Formats: sequence, structure tokens, C-alpha cells
Amino acid sequence: MSTTEYTSAGAAPLLEVRDLEVGFRTQGGLVKALNGVSFTVERGETVAIVGESGSGKSTTAAAIINLLPGSGQITGGQVLFEGRDLAKASRRELEDVRGKLIGFVPQDPMSNLNPVWSVGFQVEETVKANGLATGKRAVRAKAIEVLKQAGLADAEQRLHQFPHQFSGGMRQRVLIGIGLAADPRLLIADEPTSALDVTVQRRILDHLESLTEQSGTAVLFITHDLGLAAERASKLIVMYKGKIVEAGPSLEILQNPLHPYTQRLIAAAPSLASRRIQASGQHLGSISHAETGSAASVDLIAAAEERVEAVTPGLDGQVRREPSIVVENLTKVFKIRSGGFKQVEFKAVGDVSFSIAKGTTTALVGESGSGKSTVAKLLLRLEDPTSGRISVQGRDIASLRGRQLLSLRRTMQPVFQDPYGTLNPLNNIGNTIAEPLKVHGVGDRTSRRERVFELLDQVSLPRVIAGRYPNELSGGQRQRVAIARALSLKPDVVVLDEAVSALDVLVQAQILRLLADLQGELGLTYLFITHDLAVVRVIADNVAVMQKGRIVEAATTDEVFDSPREQYTRDLLDAIPGAGIKLGI
Amino acid sequence: MSSETPAAVRPTRSANHFVADVDETPVADVDAVKLDEKPSNLWRDAWRDLRRRPIFWISGALILFIVFVAMFPGLFTSTPPDSGCELSNSNAGPSAGHPWGYTKQGCDIYSRVVHGASTSLSVGFIVIALTTITGIVFGALAGFFGGWVDTVLMRAGDIFFSIPYILAAVVIMSVFSAHRNVLVIALAIGVFAWPTTARVLRSEVLRVKNSDFVAAATATGLSKLGILFRHVLPNSIAPVIVVTTLSLGAAITAEATLSFLGVGLPGSVMSWGNDISQAQRDLRTDPQTLIIPSIALTTTVLSFILLGEALRDALDPKARALR
Repeated sequence: MSTTEYTSAGAAPLLEVRDLEVGFRTQGGLVKALNGVSFTVERGETVAIVGESGSGKSTTAAAIINLLPGSGQITGGQVLFEGRDLAKASRRELEDVRGKLIGFVPQDPMSNLNPVWSVGFQVEETVKANGLATGKRAVRAKAIEVLKQAGLADAEQRLHQFPHQFSGGMRQRVLIGIGLAADPRLLIADEPTSALDVTVQRRILDHLESLTEQSGTAVLFITHDLGLAAERASKLIVMYKGKIVEAGPSLEILQNPLHPYTQRLIAAAPSLASRRIQASGQHLGSISHAETGSAASVDLIAAAEERVEAVTPGLDGQVRREPSIVVENLTKVFKIRSGGFKQVEFKAVGDVSFSIAKGTTTALVGESGSGKSTVAKLLLRLEDPTSGRISVQGRDIASLRGRQLLSLRRTMQPVFQDPYGTLNPLNNIGNTIAEPLKVHGVGDRTSRRERVFELLDQVSLPRVIAGRYPNELSGGQRQRVAIARALSLKPDVVVLDEAVSALDVLVQAQILRLLADLQGELGLTYLFITHDLAVVRVIADNVAVMQKGRIVEAATTDEVFDSPREQYTRDLLDAIPGAGIKLGI
Repeated sequence: MSSETPAAVRPTRSANHFVADVDETPVADVDAVKLDEKPSNLWRDAWRDLRRRPIFWISGALILFIVFVAMFPGLFTSTPPDSGCELSNSNAGPSAGHPWGYTKQGCDIYSRVVHGASTSLSVGFIVIALTTITGIVFGALAGFFGGWVDTVLMRAGDIFFSIPYILAAVVIMSVFSAHRNVLVIALAIGVFAWPTTARVLRSEVLRVKNSDFVAAATATGLSKLGILFRHVLPNSIAPVIVVTTLSLGAAITAEATLSFLGVGLPGSVMSWGNDISQAQRDLRTDPQTLIIPSIALTTTVLSFILLGEALRDALDPKARALR
């Protein structure tokens, strides 16, 4: 099956991929990563490939310029770039094409600049390699021009600096500059902003868009975020298990997804769900959402509705709920050694106050470095505050010692971000979940075993998993285990520190739904810490927005989304991918 | 464009909107649990990996054999190693019942090699017991508690580390010349060898103690020592095992070196190093007197080093992925 048959006839496309197959050599033989992928990119067009991890989207990007990692190889098909087949091109021909005709912006700005060379040197290297200028002066001048174009205003001064002196966003700008240095006809951007804060992401993509528009460069944009893809590209390609399952105009696909997998993705994308809630202009519970059978288990809006139904009575003010957590004037100052014996004070959290009513969810939102995770650590008594008061169910936690601290820990449990670091790899799942019970001396061996099974049922994992080890589980399953461990002591409060941020959207939607179900069932109070405002819309009752250690705005979720008071909040809201899409709902 | 129910979705061949055949790419359950493989964790994977390595089996069998010889030398030879030597047999070639010939003193080489095994191994095992225990205590406490504990313990280690241990052992053995025995020589070597183990463990502990599972355990109320023993140590011990195996070979070499230099064990104790030392003068005329104990020494040391290498490859998943 090829999509090319359906594109409008006329001039040959810039890039035409035909039945591309890629395999990776492993001990068990050749494993296919791409299974006959076909698509076209026209001149000056922006095309986005969307998919989850393992769908083959990055492999496709790498295969186009024949930069497959390690044991990967193209096993079939063609990559026609301006009529030339890059899949069969020699190394010399490819080097000619890379950089000059096809630019590449890699995913991770942290590891894709060489830390031992100055930024200027690395840009000059590109300039020289592509023969854009000759002579020391000209090369330098071109490098400065490239960086200025990429949005580094003080390029002359920063040329001598090293990558570690640049922020993540700055580094990504440098990489974009390098990618666009030679005015290529096609730019491949592989998740160019997924490691960055949303506001930075927005600025960088805006800038990239204006640059490529000016020069007429076509962009192949690889992302996991459907909202982002639809916002930035005119054409969408949805990949699943090494195949293209759906392709077409972005808006058309968003509004009328035909393949069940695409329908699922759309139902699970927080940015789109948030957008749909916003577009409806109604309170949750009265939104009609495109319910499809296969998408039901991951539909965020449905999950949000159920949650609201289960929790709402308290929100409407009919029942006044007592606060479960009260934080007053919380401050945390870290002392950082700055060479020698000097210490510099760094205020991670400054004068933060909020309270969370029993059985509700408060989201603490902020970008990296805003101090949101430090608040979580202080609340969990993993760190001690410099000043301020935290009380949990009426008890001031600062003074608790020994037994009392142990009983506090029983009422409050965390779930952390990294699914790969959150479980001890040497303990099996059963022991991991039972550990809090052992620490608190709850029950005997058999009753603990029963409780482990009960918890596994609650997080929808099969019981046999109790004898297995973490490395056999996917990220989402590990997060479920972490949730089960947190629930084992029947806590009242669960602190979720970026608990769904590292997961693929479908898995993320599933976990969000699980959390919502558990809250309704067990009356849990959540402190939900996240950088993703879109997720907040479907899970939280109240939102506190943090910036540089302070809470700049706190209100109910609807208020924050519908009428934000602070500019910063507005920036954050605007930066949610998909905010620019006109949805006809 | 009409919207269809998923069950009825078929490729829509409209101008631009491509949809794959649903039957061709059926949509699987989200995040389904796959449990078709055997339970696995670091140790089980390492064992599975080791089992397939001939080097592991060869070095393991050799080590077991050498340990067996060291424990029951009487099963292998009835000739006493140091009594009944006759100078008339000095440097004589092989004869019936004496397959490898005689030393300068007229003692049976085969018997001396067999009896020398226990000395080498005892020194080796005492040294690693010493370095491993000290190294684990120092490394674990320094890494886990950090701050001044770390500073004090690791600076102490640096002091020992900065002295070349052979030189230090030479000095110690000269001072204790009246009490040269297996225990003293093992102490002299071990005292200066533990900082390596401590450093390796400390860096592992530093890595592991920042894991989320440690934070989670803290949040459940597990005590600091409980966390150290239940979560941190088991996850940081693998490289220590590798270092230990490798340093066992090094300790055996060190004993031979000291004995060779004449500051090791006294001549009355059976030791490969002593025999090599005494045979060096006859290297040109009777090389077998030097070569045979050397082969015994090299084989033993090599077995431990190869075992260490195999363990390292099996326990370090990164190294495994590279192959």
C-alpha cells in the first residue's frame, strides 16, 4: 500500500519513501522495525510523523539519511530524494546530501553537543564541512550568522562558550542552527523539543517555523505529541508497530480519525482533551466526546468526567470538606558550594502556602526549576524545610519523630516520575509491594500476601506478576506497581511527583484513569505535581502555578483555564501544544 | 467525509486521507502484560549469561581443582615436600614417582608444587577477606552517609592508596622479620589493598542512593541502616565481586613477589614464590625447576583473573549490550 498514489499528480515530490523496510540484527535474528513505510514530502511542506515509543518513527527519520544506529540496516524499499535513491547511495554521496540538502535536528540537546568543544567550534565545523565559507574570517562570520538566525542574539560573545554554559533551550537553538546552516531543502527534526519546557518549546518551534517558511525548507517533524504535530504540520502520518496506519491532512485526521489506533491516540492526548474541554466552554460532565469502542479505555475526557462525578459533591460547596494538607509560608533554602569554602544560598521554595481539601486533587504546575518537586519532598519529610509549617490532618509534621513520624508516613505515600528507577530491580514485585507492610509490621506473611494480591487487582495487574522482577515490566506497569506500593498502607494522601510524565500517551491515559478510579473508590487526596498543564485539566480540582519557587496563581482548575489572572499562567496555557488548532467541536 | 464505526473501517481511498487496513495492523491492548519469558533479575540474567561462557567453566573448574589440591595435598602425593630431600638428587630430571624431577636441594618438585597451593590460596583468601570487609564497611558508610564521614573515611583510604603496597609490604615484612607467616604477609598486603574496593563500592553507593526506590523506601519509614542493607548494598555489590575476584589473583602474585624478594615467607614454608626465587640461579642449566612452579602460579592467578573478567561481563549489562 502506498500513499503516494493518492497525492496530487504534478512535479516529483522532494522526498518519496517507498515501501521502506528496516531491520535490526539481534541474537534472535533480524527484527523488523519498519514494515513497508511509504509517504511523500513536498517542497516546502511540513509533515509530522506521530507515534508512541517503539512505533518506528525515529527509525524512519534515521533511515532517510542512512544514520541507523548500531545493528540497523535498510532491508528493502527506496528513499527517493529529488529522484536519487538514498537507500543505495554510497557513503560519499550520502555525506554530500547530509547537512547540505537534508539537515537534521536531534532529540536530546543535552547529549548532542560535544562538551569538550566550544559551541562556536562546533558550528564552524558544520560550516566548513558543508563548504559554506572558506577562510577563517568568513567561516567565523558565517557561524555567527547561523547562530543569530537560530535566535541567539549575542552570538559573538557566546561563540567561545561551552555547551554546559548554555540552557537546554539555547542548546536546541544551536542544534537547529547547525541543522539549517546550509539552507537544506529538507529538515528532519526528531523530537526537537521534547526535553524542553513548554514555553521554551513554543518559542523555539515558532522560530523554526518562521525560518523554514522564509527559506522554503520542507520539514519532517517527528513527535509523540499528537497535538503538537497537528499544530505544526499540514500533514500527519500516524505510525504504529513499524507501519503507517493513517496519513492525511492534520485537521482532517484530528476531526475524523478512521483507524481505531488513531482514534485511541486522539482520545488519550492530554493536549487535545484539554483543548476539547476548553472548546466546549462547559463544565465537565456535560461534554459530548467522540466515544468509540476501542478508545474507551484510554479516553481522558471520559475519565475526567467519571472522576468529577465521584468527587464533585464537595466541590460545589454542598459539603464543606476539611483540609487534609495545609502548607503555610513554606520556605526551603539550599546551600550550594561555589568553589573553595564559599557557599551560595539558593531559595528553591519561597513562602509557599496552599491547602488541599480531603478527597480532592490539587495540581502543582511549573516548569523545571520552579521548586515543585522540592515542595513534594518537604511534604513527604524527605527534606526538612528552612521555615514554614506543613500540617497533615491537623498535625504539624516538622516536629514528628520516631513512632509519630512512622504513623505520618503511613498516611502519606509518594509515586515518583521515573518508572525505571522507582522499583528496586533486585526485589520481586510481591516483596516490593509488601515492603511498607513489613516496615510497619502490618499482618503476618499470609495476610500480607493476600493484601498484595488485592492491591494488584486494584491496579489491574495479574496476580502472577508478584513473583516477577521489575525489568520484565513496561514503564506503565512499573508505575502501577509503584502505585500499588503507595496504596499498600491505605494512605489518605498520595503525592504524585510527575507520576505520568515519562509514559506514552495511551499508557498515561490509562494510569490517569486508574488514579481517578482509585480516588473515587478510596477517597484519596492527591497532590499532583507536573509540568504538563494539559494533564492538569483532566485530573485536578485545584491548580497552583509555581514559578521560581513561588506560587503565582492558585484557583480552581476551571478558573485557571478559563480566566487566568497572571501573564505567566497565560503563557503556560498558550504553550499547550494544540492550543492553536481550531477544533470544530 | 462520513464517519464510520471502527468495525466497518476499510481503507478510504479519498484524495489525501490514507487509512491502513485494520486487519493488517490490528490494534493490541494498551500496555498488555507479557510474561512469556522466565522470571529474571540481575543475578539470574548474569547466571544465564555465565552459563554460556566456556571461560567461566574452564576458570571455575581450574579454581575448584586448585582449591581441592590445596585442601587435600595428601591425595595427590605421598612424598613429603621438605623432608627426605637428598642433595644427590639436586636438579635431577624426572624419575619414577617423581614426574617433574627435583629442586636444587633435591626435593620432589611435584610434591612442592602440590603443597605450595595451600600457601598461595590462604594468602589470597585472607587478603580478600580483609580488603573486602574493610572496603565494604568504608565504601558503604562513606558513600551512604556522605559529608564528613565520607571525607574522613576516604582520606584515610587515600593515605593507604598513595603508598605503593609492595614497598609498604617490604617494609612491614622487614620489621616483622621474626614473625613471618601466612597471616602476617596477608595482613601486610591487605592493609594497603582495601582502598580500591572501598572506592568502587562508594561510587556505586553514590549512584544507587539517589534512586527513586530509595526515596520511596524512606517515605515508607524504613530506617537508614535498613535502606542501606535492604536496598543500597544489594544493588551496588556486583562490581565489588568483580574487583574481589581480580584482586585475589593480584594478592597471590604479591605473596610470590615478596617471597621472591626474600622478605616473604621463610624457606621452611612451602611457597611457589620461594621455589621460584631459589630456582632463578639455575635457570640456564635446569629451567624446569623455575618453570614448573611458575606455571602453577600463573595458572592459578590467570584462573581468578579470567573468572573476574567473565563475572564483569555478566554483571555489567552495558558491557553485555555492546557485544
